[in-house]
Amino acid sequence: MMSSIDWWIIVIGALCASACALPGTLLVLRKMSLMGDAISHTVLPGIAIAFLVTGSRDPFSMFVGAIVIGVLTALFVHAIQKYGKVEIGASIGIVFTVLFALGLILIRQALDHVHMDPDCVLYGSIEFAYFEQDSLFGYMVPRSFIVNGTMLIVNAVLIVLFYKEFKIASFDQALAQSQGFRPELMHYVLMTMTAVTAVAAFESVGSILVVAMFIVPPATAYLLTDRYWMLIVVALIVACLSSFLGHLGAITIPLWFGFNGTVTSGAMAVAAGLLFLLAWICSPRHGLVVLIVNRIIVRLKILREDVLGVLWRLEEREQPVLMQRNLQDLLRSNHLMFAMAMMSLKRSGAVQSDDGAIKLTTEGRNQATSIVRTHRLWEVYLDKHFPQDTHQLHHAASRLEHVTTDAMQEELGTATHDPHGSEVPKVEDE
Amino acid sequence: MIATHTLSDVRITLPTWDELLRVLLLEEYNTRVVVLGVMALGLASGLIGTFLVLRKRALTADALSHATLPGIVIAFMCMVAMGGDGKSLAGLLTGAFVFGCIGVLLIIAIRSTTRLKDDAAIGIVLSVLFGLGICLLRLATDLPSGNSAGLSGFIFGKAASMIASDTYMMVGLALFVAISTGLLFKEFSVLCFDASFGSSQGWPILLLDTVLMLLVAIVTVIALQTVGLVLAVALLIIPAASSRFWTSSVKRMLISAAIIGLLSGWLGAVVSAVIPRVPTGPIIVMICGFWFLLSLVFGTDSGVLKRQVQRVRLNRKIELQHLLRAMFELVEERESEDIPMHEILAKRSWSLSQVNAIVKRAQQLGFLNRTGNSMVRFTELGNSESKRMVRNHRLWEVYLINYADIAPSHVDRDADMIEHVLGKEMVRQLELLLAQDEIIDSPHPLGGSAS
Repeated sequence: MMSSIDWWIIVIGALCASACALPGTLLVLRKMSLMGDAISHTVLPGIAIAFLVTGSRDPFSMFVGAIVIGVLTALFVHAIQKYGKVEIGASIGIVFTVLFALGLILIRQALDHVHMDPDCVLYGSIEFAYFEQDSLFGYMVPRSFIVNGTMLIVNAVLIVLFYKEFKIASFDQALAQSQGFRPELMHYVLMTMTAVTAVAAFESVGSILVVAMFIVPPATAYLLTDRYWMLIVVALIVACLSSFLGHLGAITIPLWFGFNGTVTSGAMAVAAGLLFLLAWICSPRHGLVVLIVNRIIVRLKILREDVLGVLWRLEEREQPVLMQRNLQDLLRSNHLMFAMAMMSLKRSGAVQSDDGAIKLTTEGRNQATSIVRTHRLWEVYLDKHFPQDTHQLHHAASRLEHVTTDAMQEELGTATHDPHGSEVPKVEDE
Repeated sequence: MIATHTLSDVRITLPTWDELLRVLLLEEYNTRVVVLGVMALGLASGLIGTFLVLRKRALTADALSHATLPGIVIAFMCMVAMGGDGKSLAGLLTGAFVFGCIGVLLIIAIRSTTRLKDDAAIGIVLSVLFGLGICLLRLATDLPSGNSAGLSGFIFGKAASMIASDTYMMVGLALFVAISTGLLFKEFSVLCFDASFGSSQGWPILLLDTVLMLLVAIVTVIALQTVGLVLAVALLIIPAASSRFWTSSVKRMLISAAIIGLLSGWLGAVVSAVIPRVPTGPIIVMICGFWFLLSLVFGTDSGVLKRQVQRVRLNRKIELQHLLRAMFELVEERESEDIPMHEILAKRSWSLSQVNAIVKRAQQLGFLNRTGNSMVRFTELGNSESKRMVRNHRLWEVYLINYADIAPSHVDRDADMIEHVLGKEMVRQLELLLAQDEIIDSPHPLGGSAS
C-alpha cells in the first residue's frame, strides 16, 4: 500500500517536523510561541525580496533573505513593544501581517507570470519533494531530505552546545542575567534559529503550517513531562509520529469516503493536533482525565466526612436517625456522588444501615468525633484570631476541617467549648 | 516553482489621470461595490478592534480567523450534499462564524485546563484548524458537483469578485457591529480597564468577554471576502493600535481607529483598482501599516517623537537643577559670590562642554551671570531658585535619614534621584513633618565630586 515515495515523504516530513520541534521547545517554554508564528509568516516577504534583488531562485540568497527578514521581525516586534508601549500580542500582529501583505504584493507583482504557486505558500509541496533530487555522498536523494536533515543536525548541535544557557535563560531570565549568560543574546540566537528553520521547512510545509510543527509537538510534550531533556525527546517523537500518521491519514482516510487523498502537510498538522488532544485528555499528571478523577476523589472525601459529621451531630442532639434519602437531601448532594460516598462508608465499616436508617458504627463514631473536634477547634481558633460573625465561623471551619491533618489538629489547642457553646468532643485513646 | 526572472520584468503600469479620477469618484459600478464594502469593514473593525487591543486579545482574533477555514469548507460540503452548488455566501459565512467561535472556545479550554499559556493555546488552535481546513479544501475540490473554485479565495481575499448583494450584507453586518460597540461602550470600557473591579461591582464580565469575541467573529467573517483570513486580524489590530498614539481617551480612540480603518479601506480599494496586479487585501494591510508607522513616530499623545522631546526637556530641567544646587553649595563653602567654572566641574561627573552648555542655558533664563575669567555669579532670581532646589534636596535627605534609616553618607545619591519630582504639595508635607521652614544645613559634609 505504501510505496517508497510515501516512505520518503514520511522521512522528509519527520525531519522537517523534528527540526522545527527543537527551537519549538524553547519557544513554548519561553511563552513566545507566537514569535514562531510571526517569523514563519515573514519568510514569504524574505523569499520574495531575495528574488527581486538577485533575480534568481538561488536557494542560498532566498535563505539569506528569509533569515534577514526573520531577525528583523524579532527586532521590529521588540522595538514596537518597547518604544511604542504596544502590548506584545498586538505588536506581533502588526509586524507579521504587514510583512506578509508585503510578501503577497511582491509575489503578485514579480512572480505572477512565473510558476510560483500561491498554494505552495499555504501548504508547501512535500508530495513532490521526492522528484527534486540532489546527490549526497554519491547517492541521489531528495533535496528537501538534505535541507531538512541539515537543519535538524544544526539545531541539535546548537541546542546541545547552548543547553545550559538556553535552559537557564528560559526558566529564569533574571538569574541568567546575573550569572552572565546574556539572555538577550540567547533570545536572538533562538530567533535566528527559528527563522532559518522556517525557511528550510517552507518548501515542505508552507508558510502557515510550519507553525504547527513549531508549537504543537513541544506543547504536547510539555503536557507529558517536567524535564527539559525529556521534553525534547518527547517532542521529537511526537514530531515523527505526526509525519507518519499525517501522511498515512492523508493517503488512506479520504479513500474511505470516495475521495482521492488530501494534502500531507495539512494532515500532519491535524495529526499533531490529535496527538496533542490525546495528551491533553490522557496525560498521567496534567491530563483532563486525571484532573477530573482527582476532583471527584476530593469531592468524595469531603462528602464522606460531611456524612459522618452530620450523623455525629444528630447523635449528639439525640435526634432520630435518618433514612439515606433524607440524609442526601440534608447535604444537598447529587445522587450519584452520594451513593458512591455511602457505598464506600459502608464498605469501610464506618456506618451501617438498619432497614434503611443510617447509623454510625463504633469505628465510624471515632472518625466522626475527630472531624467534629477539628471543626469546633477551628471555630475557637478563628474566633480568637480572626474575630467575625459567629455564623460565618461555621462556614470557614466547614472548609478547613477537610484539609486538617492530625498534627495540625494537635496544634489547634485544647479548648473544651466552641464559640457557639457546644462541647468539643475528645477522641478516645485506645 | 522554477523560473529565471529579472527586475526589468517587474513594472507597474501607472493609471492615467482620467482613470484615477473615475475610480476616486466611484464612477464605476464594480469599484463602488468594493469600496463601499471595504470601507464598512474598516469602520467596524476599527471600532471593535479598539476594545480587542485594549483587552489584549489581539492574537486570539488571529486564531479565530484561521479557524474559520474548515468551517467554510464544511459549510460548502454540506450545501453541496443538500443539492446546492455551495455558492451561497451567507451559508459559507455561517460556517466560518461557527468554527471561529469553536476556535476561541478551544483556546479558552486549553488555557484553563492545561499548564500551557495563551501563546501556545493560540498557536495550536490556529495551526491545527488551518491544517484541517487545508485538508478539507483539497477534498472539496474533488467533489464532482458544486463549484469549489471560489473557496480558496477566502484565504487571501478576493475583493474583485464581490457583487452588490455581498456588499449590502457586509454593510449591514458592519453597521450592526458599529452600533453594538456604541451601545456597549461603557460595558466594554469596564471590561478592558479593570475587569476584576467590574466583576466585583456585579458586571457580567464573562458575558461581556463573550459578546466582544462574538462581535470580533462577525467582523472577521466580513473581512474574509475582502482581505482574506490570513490578514483579517490586521484590520482589527492596526487601526486601534495606531489610534492609541494620538489620544488616551477611549472615545477619541474609537473615533480615530474608525477613521483610520475607513481611510485605509478606501485607499486600498482605490489603489488596487487603478494599479494592475495589486491585490486588495494586502494593499489595505500595507496602508494600515503605513498609518501605524506615522502614528508611532508622530502621535501627539504617546508617539516616539513626543516622548523623546519630553525626555530631553526633563533631562535639561534636571541638569539645570544640578547646576543651581552645585553653585549654591559652592557659595556656601567659599563664602564668596563668584564661583570659578572649574570648581563647578569638580562637583559632579560632567564634562566641561556639558557644564558650559548648561551655564549658557541658565544664563539665558536669567539665573546667573558670567563675571569674566570663567567665573559665574547668581542673579537675584537664580539665588532664590537655587535656594528652593537645595531646600528640596536637603528636606528629602533629612526625611530619608530620619524615616528610612539611610546613612548620612549615602543619602545624597538617593535624594538626588527624587528631588526633581518633588511637587509643591509634597514639599509642604515634608516641611510639616520635619518642622523646617528656613534653609537648612546639609546633613552631611559637602565638597568633592558627588559626595
